Amino acid sequence: MAWKFTEDRPIWIQLTEQLTLRIVSGVYAPGAAVPAVRTLAAEAGVNPNTMQRALSELENRALVETRRTAGRTVTEELTLIQQVRHELARGRIQEFLTSMRALGYTEEQARALFAEWKEEIS
Amino acid sequence: MNEQLIVARGLTKVYGVKPALDHIDLTIGSGRIVGLLGPNGSGKTTFIKLLCGLIQPTLGMLQIDGAAPGVHSKSVISYLPDRMYFADWMKTCDLIDFFADFYSDFDRKKAMEMFSALSIGPNDRIKTMSKGTREKAQLALIMSRKAMLYLLDEPIAGVDPAARDFILNTILTNYNEDGTVMLSTHLIADIERVLDEAIFLQNGKVVRHDTVDNIRENEGKSVDQLFREIFAYGV
Repeated sequence: MAWKFTEDRPIWIQLTEQLTLRIVSGVYAPGAAVPAVRTLAAEAGVNPNTMQRALSELENRALVETRRTAGRTVTEELTLIQQVRHELARGRIQEFLTSMRALGYTEEQARALFAEWKEEIS
Repeated sequence: MNEQLIVARGLTKVYGVKPALDHIDLTIGSGRIVGLLGPNGSGKTTFIKLLCGLIQPTLGMLQIDGAAPGVHSKSVISYLPDRMYFADWMKTCDLIDFFADFYSDFDRKKAMEMFSALSIGPNDRIKTMSKGTREKAQLALIMSRKAMLYLLDEPIAGVDPAARDFILNTILTNYNEDGTVMLSTHLIADIERVLDEAIFLQNGKVVRHDTVDNIRENEGKSVDQLFREIFAYGV
């Protein structure tokens, strides 16, 4: 997964989103160690303080934990990870429906089109 | 953390009748990466040279770690000038000896590691290196010091994009965490992501000093875009 940034928003917010995505998609497995701040910062080509801020945000959301002996690890609360994943998925559906509405499709029509398309490709 | 690593009050430098720096007020703390941004002739190099003690201010006050530029500041500043200052007959190993001799905070092992990562051998001569390799070699030496303040004047000008990435990465992974890195450039898009703070200089004046996060949050645009607006010609 490559790090990508857009121009219009603070980088730490974008890092938080991309780290969250890595956690819910299992790139960083539950209970696994999160790479060191410096390593992550170098990998993403960002300032270590910025990466630190993103990781603190994930700590606030309880997605990562800091243990004195083991360093930073991904949470083992699978329900929390599932919940965040679910929220992200709902957000994607919302975006999809918004863009369909912009094309002039109602939700029903979008649903029908989706079913039709699924049959076509299977 | 020293919140007053660099303090400038009314700092002014006049060349002849033209002010290169015009009453600069700045406070910069330690532990961050600061971009000194501005078009050519805005005063970036003048400010860096004042910090290094290479030139003297015409007016105003400048302190580094609580003292005017002098013996103490020189021992804690690692400076990358905008041009190469080594004799070109020197070999890599000569340079390492040279730095070890001059600076007590120089880490020989670190320098050797960086040179080998760059595939520069100990017996390579500066004369035979390409421009990009010279710049990288010079930066490797500068970043091998455990300095309080790294002053990098145009570290990414004149090298290709891959070398640019290497240089930024070297800065990110090697600077002393309690130290501050100040780098001047006009290639903002390339370095924006590594900066904590940006200082915009225009005609010798500070027109903006803020964190990169604040700029993006308040303006809804990147530092690069803001720079283009502030320094747009003919509007």
